[in-house]
Amino acid sequence: MSAAIESALNGIQFGLMLFLLAAGLTLVFGIMDMINLAHGSLYMFGAYLTAALVEPIGSFPLAMLAALLITAAVGMLLETTVLRTLYQRDHLSQVLATFALILISNEAVRMIWGPQPLRLALPELLSGPVDLGAGIQYPSYRLLVIGVGLAVALLLYLVVARTRAGMWVRAGASNREMATVMGVDIKRLFTLVFGLGAMLCAVAGALLGPLLSVQVGMGESILILAFVVVVIGGIGSIRGALAGSLMVGMVDTVGRTLVPEALDTVFSPAVASSLGPTLASILIYVLMAAVLFWKPQGLFPARG
Amino acid sequence: MAPLDQTLPRPTGALLLAAAVAFPLAAGWLGQDFYVGLAARIMIFALAASSLNLVMGFGGMVCFGHAAFLGIGAYTVAILMDAGLDAAWIAWPAATAAAALAAWLIGMVSLRTRGVYFIMITLAFAQMLYYVFVSLSAYGGDDGMPLAARSALPFGLDASSDVTFYYVVLAILAAAMWLMQRLVNARFGRALQAVRENETRMEALGYPVFRIKLAAFVVAGAAAGLAGALVANQTGMVSPGLMYWTQSGSLMIMVILGGVGYLYGGVVGAVLLLVLEEYLSGLTLYWQLPLGVLLLAAVLYARNGALSLTARWRHG
Amino acid sequence: MADTPKLQVCGLVKRFGGLTATDQARFDVAPGEVHALIGPNGAGKTTLIHQISGALRPDAGRLSMDGADITHLPMHRRVRLGLARSYQITSVFQAFSVLDNVALAVQARTGGAAGCWRPVRREADVFAQARQALDRVGLAARADALTRNLSHGEQRKLEVALALATDPSLLLLDEPMAGMGPDESEAMVELLLGLRGEITMLLVEHDMNAVFRLADRISVLVYGRVIATGSPTAIRSDAEVCRAYLGDEATA
Repeated sequence: MSAAIESALNGIQFGLMLFLLAAGLTLVFGIMDMINLAHGSLYMFGAYLTAALVEPIGSFPLAMLAALLITAAVGMLLETTVLRTLYQRDHLSQVLATFALILISNEAVRMIWGPQPLRLALPELLSGPVDLGAGIQYPSYRLLVIGVGLAVALLLYLVVARTRAGMWVRAGASNREMATVMGVDIKRLFTLVFGLGAMLCAVAGALLGPLLSVQVGMGESILILAFVVVVIGGIGSIRGALAGSLMVGMVDTVGRTLVPEALDTVFSPAVASSLGPTLASILIYVLMAAVLFWKPQGLFPARG
Repeated sequence: MAPLDQTLPRPTGALLLAAAVAFPLAAGWLGQDFYVGLAARIMIFALAASSLNLVMGFGGMVCFGHAAFLGIGAYTVAILMDAGLDAAWIAWPAATAAAALAAWLIGMVSLRTRGVYFIMITLAFAQMLYYVFVSLSAYGGDDGMPLAARSALPFGLDASSDVTFYYVVLAILAAAMWLMQRLVNARFGRALQAVRENETRMEALGYPVFRIKLAAFVVAGAAAGLAGALVANQTGMVSPGLMYWTQSGSLMIMVILGGVGYLYGGVVGAVLLLVLEEYLSGLTLYWQLPLGVLLLAAVLYARNGALSLTARWRHG
Repeated sequence: MADTPKLQVCGLVKRFGGLTATDQARFDVAPGEVHALIGPNGAGKTTLIHQISGALRPDAGRLSMDGADITHLPMHRRVRLGLARSYQITSVFQAFSVLDNVALAVQARTGGAAGCWRPVRREADVFAQARQALDRVGLAARADALTRNLSHGEQRKLEVALALATDPSLLLLDEPMAGMGPDESEAMVELLLGLRGEITMLLVEHDMNAVFRLADRISVLVYGRVIATGSPTAIRSDAEVCRAYLGDEATA
C-alpha cells in the first residue's frame, strides 16, 4: 500500500517537472509554430549551472536562482539572434537548426565541465524522509519538488489567466495573426515567452538534478517525453500541458512499478522481468498514439 | 523547389560511377585503405537517407522515425546470423521484408494523421521499437550484440574484405538510385509529388491518396531495412541506439542538407554530413560544436540544401 | 418514361455542433442540364457541394448518381464514376507547370498512379489530351508557364480545366467566377455555355447574370434548406425567393 502511494507521489512529482518543460514547449509551439528541439538543452543548462554554482555560492536555492536567471538570459539571447529567423521557416528547417543547437550545447557543456556526469547533492536540510502519517515515509526533497511544481503551476496559471501579458499569450496561442492585427507586440512577446520557457526548464533541471544524473544528453531523453505531453495535451494549451504531464508522469512512473508486478501474477518471473520494463516504457507512446487516434487535436486544444 | 522530372544526366552518372569504382583502387594505391570502409559507410547512409528523401522530399511526409526501419533491418540480419543463417541472399531480403512489414503496419496507423501529428506518431513508434529492442536481453539488450562475421556472400565473394564489401554496397546503391530515378519520373512518382503539393485536389481528381502515401512509405521502409542490413555488416554489430530518435534526426539532417526532394539529396547529404563528421573529429575532440555551427549556417544560408544551391548557380 | 436523374439529393442533413448547415436538402439534377444553386451567404452551398463530392459525410440523407447510391463512397471512387468538382478557392498545383497540372488529371483517368517504370514524359498521349483540355478553356498559350505565375483569372480557368480533364459526366462548379472581373467572367460564361448539353453541371454562383444565362433550372438554398426549385423565370418571380434572397440582390 505504502509502495503504491509512494509510486503515485513519484508520478506526480515527475509529472510536475515534465509540466515545467512542456509548458514552455507548448507555448513556443503554439504561439510561434516552432519545433524547438533545443528545449531540452535549456533544461540541461539549468541542471549544470546549479550543480556548478552550489559550491561557490554555498546555497542550493541561491544557486538555482542564479542558474534560472542565466538560463533565461541565454534563452532570450538565442531567441533574438538565431531562433527569430526560424519562425517563418518550415518545420524541417527548424528541426535542422535546433538539432544543430543541441550539438553545440552538448559539446559546449562537455568542453566546460568534461564528459563525466556532475554530482548534484541533495540539499542538507532535505536529505531526510518526512512522515506523511499512516506509517508512510516520503523523501522530503521530493515533497519539495512537488511543492515547487505546484507553486509554479499556480503562478503560471495566474500569470496566463489573470494578467494582461497572459492574455496576449493566450491570444497568440489561439490565433497568432489575429493577435498581431490587434496590436500585440509580437516580437517582444515571443522573446518573453521564450525566456519564461527557458526559466521553467532551468527550474526543472535544477530540481531533478539531484534525483537524476546531471550529464550531457539528459536533455534529449526528457525532451521527447515533453513532446509527447504537448501532443497529448494539445498544442498551445497550458491546461493541456498540465493534464498531459500528470498523465504521462503517472503512467510512466506507476507503470514501471505496477506493470512488472501485474505481469508477475500471470507470467513466469523471467518473462515478467523482461516484458515488464518494456511495456512500461512503451506505455506512454501507446497512450499518445491512442490520444492522436481519438482526439487528434489533443485533450485540451488551445485553438477553437 | 525541385523540378517535377529529375534525371541524372548520363555523363554525370557515368563519371560518378567511374569515380566510385576507381576509388578503392586509388585508396589502396595511396595506402589509405581505411577510407574504403568509410566510403562504404557513407554509401550505406546515402541509401538510408535517399529512402527517407522518397517519403519526406517526394512525398511530403516528414517522418521522424525512419531509423526504426534501419534498426529492424540490422537486427534481422543479426538475429538470423545468431540462429545460424548467415547467407546474405536470405538475410538481406529478409531484412528488407521485415522493414517493409513494419512500415506497412506503422504506415496504416500513422498516415491517418498529418503535419506535426504525423511527425510525433512516427517518432512514438520508433521509440516504442527502441524500447522493445532494449528489453531483448537475448540479443544484447541495451548494449546490443556483435555479429559473428559479415554475411556470407554468393559466388564465393568474401565480404570480410573491405574492398569486396565496398563494391557490393556500391552495386546496391547504384541499383537503388537507378530504380528511384525511374520511380520518381513514372506515374507513381508524379502522383506522389502531386500529393505532396495538394492532397485534396489529388483526391478530387480520383487518386487513391492514402494508398499512394502508404506505398511510398513501405518502399522507403524496405530500402531503409536493406541499408540496415548493410550497416550491421559494416560495423559488425547491432544496438538499439540505431533506432533512437536522434538517429532519425541524423537521417533527416542528411536529407535537409543535401536537398529535400532532389533526386540525389539523400546521397549528397550523407556524403556532406559524414565527411564533415570524419574531418572535424580528426581536428578536435569537440567536433560536434563546429559541426553544429556549420549545420546552423546551412539552415540560415542554404535554405533548401546543397542541391538547391547548385541549381541556383546553374540557372543564374 | 422518366429519365433517371443525374444526381439526386434526398433529405441531406449535416450538423456542426449546434449549427445545422444542411437541413433536409432535396433536389434533382436532370441529365445534361445546367442546374444552378443559389442562396445568400452562409446558406451552406459549399457544405452541400462538399457532401456531394465526398469531402464531407452527411449525418443523414441519401445521395445518388445515375440511380446508384453514392452516399458512403469515398471521394476518389465518386470521381471514377464520373463526378468532378472545381473549387471556390483555387486549388491547383502551384509549383508545377500548367500543362503538368492538367496532365495529372488526364493521368488519373488513364491509369492513375499505376506505373513505376516508364517516365510519364514519354506518354505523348497524356500530354496531347492535356493540351486539348487547355485549348478548351483558352489556356493553350500558357501551357508551359508555372502555375503560380498565372493571373487570378487564368488560375480559375485552370481550376475548371482540371475538373474537365477527368472527363466527367457530372461537374460540380463552386463559384467558378469568384474574384473575376467582367471580361474574365464573360470568358468563363462562354466556356460553360460551350459545355452545355455535353456535361451535366451543378453550378454554385453569386453572379446572377451568369446564372440566368447558363441555368436550365435553379434551386435556392436558404439556411441549408432548398426553398424552391424551378426554371429561371419561375424563380425570379417566386415571392419567397425574392424575400429571402433576390430582393436584397436586385438592389445590389
